[in-house]
Amino acid sequence: MPGAVRRGARDRRRRKLRKGAELTILLGPGLVLFLGFVLAPIVVGAYYSLYNWDGLGPLTDFTGLHNYKIAFNDPAFVQAIEHTLILTGLALVIQGPLSLGIALLLNRKFRGRALMRLVVFAPYVLPPAVTAVMWSLILQPGGFVDQVMKSAGLGGLVQLWLANVHVVLYTNFAVLTWQYLGFGIVLLLAGLQGIPVELREAAAIDGATPWQVTWRVTLPLLAPTLRIWGFITVIGSLQVFDIIWLMTQGGPAGASDSMATYMYRTGFQNQAFSYGTAIAIIMFIFCFAFSLIYQRYALRRDTAGALTRAVA
Amino acid sequence: MMTAITAAPPAGARGTRRRSSSWTILPATYLVSIVILGVTVVPLLYVFLDGARSTAQLSNSAIALPSPWVWSNYGTILSSAPFWEFLGNSALIAGVATALAVGLGAMAAFALSRYVFRGREAIYTLFISGLLFPIGIAALPLFLQLQLLGLLDNQFGVALPEAAFSLPITMLILRPFMRAIPGDLEDAALVDGASRLRFFAQILLPMCKPALVTVALLAFVTSWNQFLLPLLVFTTQSHFTLPLGVYTYQSTYSANTAVILAFTALAAAPALAVFMWAERYLVAGAAGAVKG
Repeated sequence: MPGAVRRGARDRRRRKLRKGAELTILLGPGLVLFLGFVLAPIVVGAYYSLYNWDGLGPLTDFTGLHNYKIAFNDPAFVQAIEHTLILTGLALVIQGPLSLGIALLLNRKFRGRALMRLVVFAPYVLPPAVTAVMWSLILQPGGFVDQVMKSAGLGGLVQLWLANVHVVLYTNFAVLTWQYLGFGIVLLLAGLQGIPVELREAAAIDGATPWQVTWRVTLPLLAPTLRIWGFITVIGSLQVFDIIWLMTQGGPAGASDSMATYMYRTGFQNQAFSYGTAIAIIMFIFCFAFSLIYQRYALRRDTAGALTRAVA
Repeated sequence: MMTAITAAPPAGARGTRRRSSSWTILPATYLVSIVILGVTVVPLLYVFLDGARSTAQLSNSAIALPSPWVWSNYGTILSSAPFWEFLGNSALIAGVATALAVGLGAMAAFALSRYVFRGREAIYTLFISGLLFPIGIAALPLFLQLQLLGLLDNQFGVALPEAAFSLPITMLILRPFMRAIPGDLEDAALVDGASRLRFFAQILLPMCKPALVTVALLAFVTSWNQFLLPLLVFTTQSHFTLPLGVYTYQSTYSANTAVILAFTALAAAPALAVFMWAERYLVAGAAGAVKG
């Protein structure tokens, strides 16, 4: 008996060791990659941001929060924050209802629906660099857009789309919408397909008009998907770079600068690396603060939502 | 709904209302569809067609079909080394990033979905928190990190971070998928003498194929389209990816619009071709993310 007990204990210990080894093999590489390239840069960045450093030599010139003070005292950066927030707000207010409306239409059965889904999603997979160059050619003065507007009798509305400081931010927003609208549509379509048809049919049989069915049955059930869409859209908008940089480089005169284009120009091109990382940390704090607030007030309601579990 | 209407020909108030609504909604659907089709397809078509016009034709009129068709713009690019170099670099980097993200992501998702151990939820939360820190914001700190590691101007300096940043969404989609596969199956495999790692490699992974294809596509597209990180990391043109190539062409050939158009069209083609084939998986992926 004592021998059996000892053997049992040894077996248990060996099984435990084995499980530990398996977990190390399975989790180790992924964790190392993740810690090394996702989390470590935040720490490294936060550290560098406290110094004055131009990319050469050791870190010696400790300046504390000086970089952050400079940033918030630079009107160009404050303007870049404003632009980023405007683009984020416009994305929620305009792209949201637009993708919802189109998703509701495409959720109906009609001939050509499969083709429409393909077309709607296509811009999303295009490299943003391609989108940006394409649209900057289409929008150049006297270009395709101007000609179409003139022949439609709207010649008076033609602008210097990429050079007028009052227009350029909204031109960028229009191109961003072209690129990313399909993503919202597909996400919402997927959510719509998760709503049982029976619920809508039952409401219709009970005398609800299609309008009422949409407002009272479909939309409340779609709310978790809408909230996830909102989360992804805001996080994406806060880091917007590619399209703006390739179309206008944040110009003219900073009129279309986002936080990321400002970071690239002041931090990387001017080789003020520690200043640039301070900007990156500020952007990260924006993301983090947003997700805490969003988690507290919006996502909390989705007890089954994936992001709730993730962020909580 | 249609059968309900035809089954009750003496239409009551409700019947006519429903019918009239479908009468107004169907044309609206087609109208909206045509507008979307136009706004999406016309710019793409414009670039493809204008890539086949000469610069002289372009300056004559902004809107016209190529006459005559000038294929030499496309020919010049397709027979030049840089285009194929950019394409090869993009494919290599996206391939490595995808293989790492899916391989390591699947292993970690297996550990986090089918093992019981202390700290499991904490590790999962750690991975998922990566969603808050997109690569676009991380790029500059990442640049400094890569400098410390000696990975600047190196393809791995782009592929490794891209793989790492694809892990959160990979875990988000794979873990629930792996969890949903019945435990009886695993017990049966273990009784038959297979180890858990063998169960993972030979039984679980093949069963996860739809989810694996989805996360692979997401990782591939993300890497393929990435612009800021390669812009920071690469200094040698022979390392450039396709989006960087588009950027270089735009600034180098600014006088020759036709060549830029042709290059842009060719740069768009691979993404669109892959997308035609893979669209259903991407939509399935969106559905997976929604259901969590």
